[in-house]
Amino acid sequence: MFIQIKNVSKEYPDTNNNAVQVLKSIDLDIEAGEFICLLGPSGCGKTTLLNLIAGFEKVTSGEITINGKLAVEASSKHITIFQNYGLLPWRSVQKNVELGLETKDRSKSERKRIAGDFIELVGLKQYARHYPSQLSGGMQQRVAIARALAVDPEIIFMDEPFGALDAMTRINMQDEISNIWQKKKKTIIFVTHDIEEAVFLADRILVMSPNPGRIKSVIKVPIARKRDRTHPDFLKIRNKIFEEFEMKEKEKIEYYL
Amino acid sequence: MTKIKNLIYVAAGLAILVILWEAVVLTGRYEASLLPSPLDVLKAAVQLIKNGTLFSDIKVSLYRFIIGYSSAVTLAVILGLVLGRLTRTWKIIDPIVQVLRPVSPIAWFPFIVLWFGIGDMPAIVIIFIAAFYPVLLSTISAVKKVDEIYLKVARDFGIRKTNLLTRIIFPASFPYIANGLHIALGSAWVFLVAGEMVGAQSGLGYLIIDARNSLRSDMVLAGIIFIGISGLLLDRAIRFFEKRVEKRWGIVSREGI
Ligand SMILES: Nc1ncnc2c1ncn2[C@@H]1O[C@H](COP(=O)(O)OP(=O)(O)OP(=O)(O)O)[C@@H](O)[C@H]1O
Ligand SMILES: [Mg+2]
Repeated sequence: MFIQIKNVSKEYPDTNNNAVQVLKSIDLDIEAGEFICLLGPSGCGKTTLLNLIAGFEKVTSGEITINGKLAVEASSKHITIFQNYGLLPWRSVQKNVELGLETKDRSKSERKRIAGDFIELVGLKQYARHYPSQLSGGMQQRVAIARALAVDPEIIFMDEPFGALDAMTRINMQDEISNIWQKKKKTIIFVTHDIEEAVFLADRILVMSPNPGRIKSVIKVPIARKRDRTHPDFLKIRNKIFEEFEMKEKEKIEYYL
Repeated sequence: MTKIKNLIYVAAGLAILVILWEAVVLTGRYEASLLPSPLDVLKAAVQLIKNGTLFSDIKVSLYRFIIGYSSAVTLAVILGLVLGRLTRTWKIIDPIVQVLRPVSPIAWFPFIVLWFGIGDMPAIVIIFIAAFYPVLLSTISAVKKVDEIYLKVARDFGIRKTNLLTRIIFPASFPYIANGLHIALGSAWVFLVAGEMVGAQSGLGYLIIDARNSLRSDMVLAGIIFIGISGLLLDRAIRFFEKRVEKRWGIVSREGI
């Protein structure tokens, strides 16, 4: 298995230094190339789980391995795309995308070419010389995606990447990330609290619940891409998740997924 | 339009000042040596410009200023970047700095003369001291304020050590450092004059001492006005630079880009 999460728990000290359990006995296997969505209410530990896998935080107990190696350190084999994009405002789009290439032994012209390719991939060719403050939120998010892809990581973590975008842009970005994922076959672990977004993007949706954070259920989405948000199968899965959150009266029909 | 309006305000302020001044002079209660009239001061100013003293004094003053200020800025920024990251080391040095900082650079004068002799050096050293602390302290606090997300991005892309300082921390903290540079410029300019009054045989500060020694209070005032104007121009220059930095870093609103 590509990513293995075995019995992972995470505690944080609260203000009185008492341990608070944020994640409890998380078990999960993720295959290479899978698109995973972490879905759950605020505070259920989605970001924490992502930070653990990405090596930004340490587990309290249990073990996370990526390709058989303990995930204890950030590495350019996996790149995180943050909700507020994490673009460097003092660098142009071009230079932002080149950032991760600078520490690898690559010539200047090669860096330029690679960055240029990915800027083109996300449709920002005309904006290469612009600065982040001159771009809209959706465009900034695209730059962050191009920057992540440029270092050719195996895994991309995305923490509510589209949370700050308006509904229209959000749908466009979902289409785009879905296309990119199909082209590049990266493993993507994607945090959201938008149910529809999760159903549109994921191979598997991990529904989490809070206090302490647990994986409540794992829902497969066996719908071919490109997915139609109005298709009955799509709605069926969406409804099932609504039920998981007990936001919808349980209907008599059983869903087999 | 607003520019013209502002100019009118400036002109009005200056006119009122000159009229009041002339009115006081006209009461005849003060001798010309105690309070020279505006016309006398203007004449003295014209004389200083015509015989070239003003420009040669401004030249030496600027020379000293640039040497003292730029060496202070270079050293303080480098030290600040490093100390801002070395929290423990800074805790050791901080108390020393807190004690030394409130000491007027002029107080060091006896030692400065012993160590550096006379000539250009005393003024340069005094400017150095005056500029050093504000830049050091603002750099350190700027480094501590660097948004965590930039550090996370750096970790993700494997940017460490010197690269981390030069590519991430320095540019990320630059707007706040620029603010420190602005403050330091003002206080250094104040001490330039003081430095030249006690240790030099040339420069704007010396111009004033020299005029006093020859009992030319009109020339003293003309010198004061020139010092004020040069300081103002320097301030405007660095403010322009500061504004550009803030705009590029996206700190001000996006209008007008
Ligand atoms: N560094 C920390 N120190 C202490 N408590 C923390 C820390 N980070 C997170 N927590 C706590 O852990 C819990 C889970 O936080 P986390 O950020 O993982 O939630 P989330 O599911 O990402 O929520 P959201 O959807 O609001 O982003 C929260 O109760 C939070 O207060
Ligand atoms: Mg979160």
